Amino acid sequence: MKHFMPRNGCPNCWSEDLEWVDASGRGTVHTFSIVHRAPLPEFAADAPYVVAMVDLEEGPRMYTNIVGEAALDVAIGDKVQVRFQDRGEGTVVPQFTRVRG
Amino acid sequence: MATSTSLRNKVAIVGVGESDIGKVPNQTGLGLNVQAARRAIVDAGLKPSDIDGLLTAYSYVEPYQMLGSALCEYTGIRPRMAASMVVGGASPGVMLHHAATSIAMGLAETVLVCAGENRATGLGREGSIAMLTNQGHPQFERPFGGSIPAGYAMVARRYMHEFGITREQLAAVAVNTRAHALLKPNAQMKTPLTIEDVLASKPIADPLRMLDCCIISDAAGAFIVTSAERAQDLKHKPAYLLGIGEMHTHEHIMCAPSFTHFGAAESGRMAFEMAGVGPKDMDLAQLYDCFTIVPIIELEELGFVEQGAGGQFFLDGHARIGGKLPINTHGGMLSQAHAGAAGALLGIVESVRQLRGTEGARQVKDARLALVHNEGGILSSHCTMIFSNQKG
Repeated sequence: MKHFMPRNGCPNCWSEDLEWVDASGRGTVHTFSIVHRAPLPEFAADAPYVVAMVDLEEGPRMYTNIVGEAALDVAIGDKVQVRFQDRGEGTVVPQFTRVRG
Repeated sequence: MATSTSLRNKVAIVGVGESDIGKVPNQTGLGLNVQAARRAIVDAGLKPSDIDGLLTAYSYVEPYQMLGSALCEYTGIRPRMAASMVVGGASPGVMLHHAATSIAMGLAETVLVCAGENRATGLGREGSIAMLTNQGHPQFERPFGGSIPAGYAMVARRYMHEFGITREQLAAVAVNTRAHALLKPNAQMKTPLTIEDVLASKPIADPLRMLDCCIISDAAGAFIVTSAERAQDLKHKPAYLLGIGEMHTHEHIMCAPSFTHFGAAESGRMAFEMAGVGPKDMDLAQLYDCFTIVPIIELEELGFVEQGAGGQFFLDGHARIGGKLPINTHGGMLSQAHAGAAGALLGIVESVRQLRGTEGARQVKDARLALVHNEGGILSSHCTMIFSNQKG
């Protein structure tokens, strides 16, 4: 059973016998919102931008952004692929782009 | 799992109070709480020395370490039971649950419950939005620029996708509560609203627009709970608690078990079971309405209508005073006031007044049974309450 966010035990069976699993980076958009009114000044220049819940191929769900070409045309059910945004000082943020076809 | 001991008919709300509402720059948040509490004690015909239990929620504007104790200090009330409970918008219901249990077990006889903040004056719009945004998970939510509206917008988007809820149906929720706020003297929003106004308001987090979002207020509310025996000797017709239930599933929307099924169904089931009544028996309902999608979901989860039918219920006018089930008869958090846990508490205050039959133009005719649903986080924690002016 896979879970996300990371915890020190499984929220389903309470096992502490856990291991990290690499995800494929492929997923499906479960839902999304286009944010027009950035809640904090540091995001204001990006608006409008897409926040989304992406269901990973492996099962768990992530809070993320949809970015890249035609991101604002995103729809529920779209297939997406991860890409990582480097924000400096060791911070890397997983975001997703829409996959054609 | 053992079922909880029934609290049916054990306690009643005997006094209610609201602070001044809107922008109240001459009061601190603590002061607003005390203003509401004083009005509730006077309303009950009691003295401050009659209060032997005190429960309050939280304040982000004035983050006292022990808000309950701070209120004791401010008022001079010396209760033998006090606490501050932090369950977001579900706090008022959860506090009532704890007050009722405490009274039933003899920990206290008469409990003051109050909540509120001066968010409009103390934080303002930018400050309030930033503060709420920082409630997201620091590592797995906040880096993406989401907000509380965006979280609820994602719920709305999925709900619209699965059940065909429309933008007009969402807007009808805001129009409904505004019509009621116009009849409520102590309400912040006083201009009439149309569906077109809501649809033309500026986009915040698609599909939610500004008028789909709750307001930001200075506000506090308070109520007094006591045993059913004692309630009979007091000033007003008591509002007996017939049933109450809670369900808690997550804090962060990312970890919600579902985007279309929430804890309200289970908290409602427990409350109805304790009360021995069902949705069809209710004369009115105050449903948590931080965003227009939320009362639609609650109406469905609580069993008033089939899943997917909640939006049309509002659009058809059934939630209006005089309709099949009047909802948020005081204007709710979309139009009366919203300041932390005060928003949900003011729905309890309104229900008690409706059950007394004192509300004039806003009065629901022959109101005997009222349901209140509180919700905290992003549909994370739920509490459903059922009140009546007669023992059940």
